[in-house]
Amino acid sequence: MKYKIFVWLFLLLGFSAIASGRQLLTGPFKQYPSIKQALNQSLAGDTVLVFAGTYKEGNIIIDKPIYFKGTGNPVIDGELKYEVLSVKSPNVIVEGFTIRNSGHGSLDDPGGIKVYASNNVIIQNNKIENNFFGIYIQYSKHCLIRNNYIISNATDEQLIGNGIHCWKSDSLQITSNEIQGHRDGIYFEFVTNSDIFMNHSKNNIRYGLHFMFSNNDSYVLNTFTGNGAGVAVMFTKNVKMFHNVFEQNWGDAAYGLLLKEISDSQIAGNKFISNTSGIYMEGTNRIIVTKNSFHQNGWGMRIQASCMDNIVTKNNFTANTFDITTNGSLVLNNFDGNYWDKYEGYDLNKDKKGDVPYHPISLFSVIVEMNPPAMLLYRSIIVSLLDKSEKLIPSLTPDLFRDNTPLMRAIEL
Amino acid sequence: MYRIMKYVMLDILKNKILLFYTLLLAILSWSVFSLEDNATKGLLTLLNMVLLTVPLIAVIFSAIYVYNCGEFIELLVSQPIKRTKIYISIFTGLSISLLLAFMVGAGIPILIFAFNVSGLHLIIAGIFSTMVFTALAFLSASLTRDKAKGLGIAILIWLFFALLFDGIILFLVFQFAEYPIEKMMIGISVLSPIDLSRILVLLELDVSAMMGYTGAIFKEFFGTFTGRLFTILLLILWTIIPFLIAMFRFRKKDL
Repeated sequence: MKYKIFVWLFLLLGFSAIASGRQLLTGPFKQYPSIKQALNQSLAGDTVLVFAGTYKEGNIIIDKPIYFKGTGNPVIDGELKYEVLSVKSPNVIVEGFTIRNSGHGSLDDPGGIKVYASNNVIIQNNKIENNFFGIYIQYSKHCLIRNNYIISNATDEQLIGNGIHCWKSDSLQITSNEIQGHRDGIYFEFVTNSDIFMNHSKNNIRYGLHFMFSNNDSYVLNTFTGNGAGVAVMFTKNVKMFHNVFEQNWGDAAYGLLLKEISDSQIAGNKFISNTSGIYMEGTNRIIVTKNSFHQNGWGMRIQASCMDNIVTKNNFTANTFDITTNGSLVLNNFDGNYWDKYEGYDLNKDKKGDVPYHPISLFSVIVEMNPPAMLLYRSIIVSLLDKSEKLIPSLTPDLFRDNTPLMRAIEL
Repeated sequence: MYRIMKYVMLDILKNKILLFYTLLLAILSWSVFSLEDNATKGLLTLLNMVLLTVPLIAVIFSAIYVYNCGEFIELLVSQPIKRTKIYISIFTGLSISLLLAFMVGAGIPILIFAFNVSGLHLIIAGIFSTMVFTALAFLSASLTRDKAKGLGIAILIWLFFALLFDGIILFLVFQFAEYPIEKMMIGISVLSPIDLSRILVLLELDVSAMMGYTGAIFKEFFGTFTGRLFTILLLILWTIIPFLIAMFRFRKKDL
C-alpha cells in the first residue's frame, strides 16, 4: 500500500512538472477558437485551457502529453456520431469538461473518453453524459479516474455501453465516481492490481460492478444501489471486497453480490441490505466472509453445493426472510460464530455463544428452492409447524449445515 | 335496529370471556413488542396470532353466542320487527364488540410499537379475520339446530382454513411442480380468507424475497394498489356471502 502511495505521489509530481509549460487559451474570442487548433499547436507539457462554450468538433484526439483543462464547464459534444475524446498519449490530464453524446457502435465501441494504450492518464472532475461508453480504458497502466459523474439516459440495452470500462490494464485507480443508467456501472476484464474506491454505482441496467478475470484487485467503500442484477465477480482470484454497501437489487436474477468461480478472496465489513439474494456463490473456493451485515434480504446467502472451503464467520444475519439456502446436502464450508436473529437457543455458561448449534437452513427454504411457487405459503401456520418439527428432527435439511457456536448478540459493526 | 344492536353489544361487553380475550391479546402483544428489540419480529409473532387465535375465538365465541341468544331471538321475532333486521343487528353488535376487543388488545400496541405500513396491514388483516369468522359462525349456526353440531361445524371450518387448506395447497404445489402454476396458486389462495389476510401482510414484510421471479408474479398481482383493493374486496365478500346465506336460511326458518 505504501509503495502505491509513493507511485501516485511521483506521478502527481511528474504531472505538475509537465503542466508548467505554455498555456494555450481556447474558446470563443480567445487565442484559438477551436480545440483541434489548440491541440495542433500544443507541445508536450503545455496546458490547453478551454473556456466555457459548446464544442462540436467530431473526434478530438490528444496525442501529446498535455494538461487538457476545462474552465467554466465547457461542453464537448459528439453529436451522437463520433467518439468524443481519444487519448493516445501517456501522461495526459483531462479535467473539468462536460462530455456528451458520443456515437454508438458495437465494432469500435466509441466512448466519451477513450484511452488507447497510454499510461499515467488522469481523468478527473468531468461530467460525462449520454455516451455509449462513459470512460473506456484499454491496455493502459497507472491511470486515475476520479470524481467523474457519469450518466446515461438511453433505454435500449443494446445502445448503452458501460460507465467505466477497463480492459487489459494494470494498476488503475477508480475513485469517487458516480455512475448511473449504464449497462454495467464499472466493468473490469483482465485488469490487475487495481483499486475501486468510494464510487457510487446505481440504477444501471445490468451490473453495478462487473469483474471478470481480474486478479489482485480491491474494491472498498463503494455503494451499489438498485442495479438490474447487482454486482458480479467472476473467474477471479485474490479480490478484496471491503466496506461496500449492496442494496435494493431486486429480481430473480439480481444479487447483491454474485460470486462465480472465485477463489482466495476476502469479503469483509460489507452491508447487504434489501436484496433478493445478498450473496450468491457458485464454484467459489477459499473465501473468507466476515464482519458483514445481512439485513432484510430475501435470501442472506445462497451457497451452491459447488462451493468449498469457504469460511463464513462473525457476520450478522438480521431480518432476512431466509438466512442461507443451498441446493445440495454436501457441506464443505464453515459457518461457525455468526449472529442469527432467528436463533432460539440458550447460553448457560455465559460465554456469549449459544450452547446448541443453529441450523440456518429451514425446511421451507429447501421446499422453496425446489419449488419456488410454494413461496406464497410462507408464514402460514402449516409451514411454521413443518419448520419447527424439522428443527427438532432434521430429515430433509442437511444436518451438517450448522453453526456450532452461534453468537447470542449481534456483533457491533 | 340500533336498540337491538346496543343491547347485544352491552350484553357481550359485560361478558367475562370477551374481557379475558382482550386481556390475552393485550398481554401477548405488549410482551411480544417489549421482549423483541426488533418490531418486525414482533409483527411476525402477532401475525401468527392474527391468523390462528383471532379466527378461532371469533368463530367459537360467535357460534356460542348465536345459539345462546336463541330465546332472545324468538322473543324479538314475536315483535313487529323484520327478521333480517334482527339478524343484521345481532351480527353487527357481535362483530363490533369483537373488533373492539381486537383493537384494544392488539391494535393499540401495534400502533404504538410498529406504526408503519406492515403494522397497518396487520391490523386490517386482524379486522377481516374477525369479521369473516363471525360471519362463518352465523353460517354454521344456521345450518343446524343442535348446538354441539353447530359448534363442531364452526371449529371444523376454522381448522380447515387455518391448517388443512394450506396443507392441500402445499400438496398440490408438489404434485404440479412441473407446470407453471403461479397463476393457479393465486386463484386457489383466493379461496381461503386466512390466506388472503396472510398474503396481505407477507407482501409487506418479505418484500425482498417476494421480488424473486415467482414472488414477483404474486407481488404484481397482490402488491399493486389494485391488487390490494382486490384482496380487501374479496375479504369483504368473504364476510358478506356467508352472512347472507345464513340470513337467507334464518328468514325461512321455522323457529
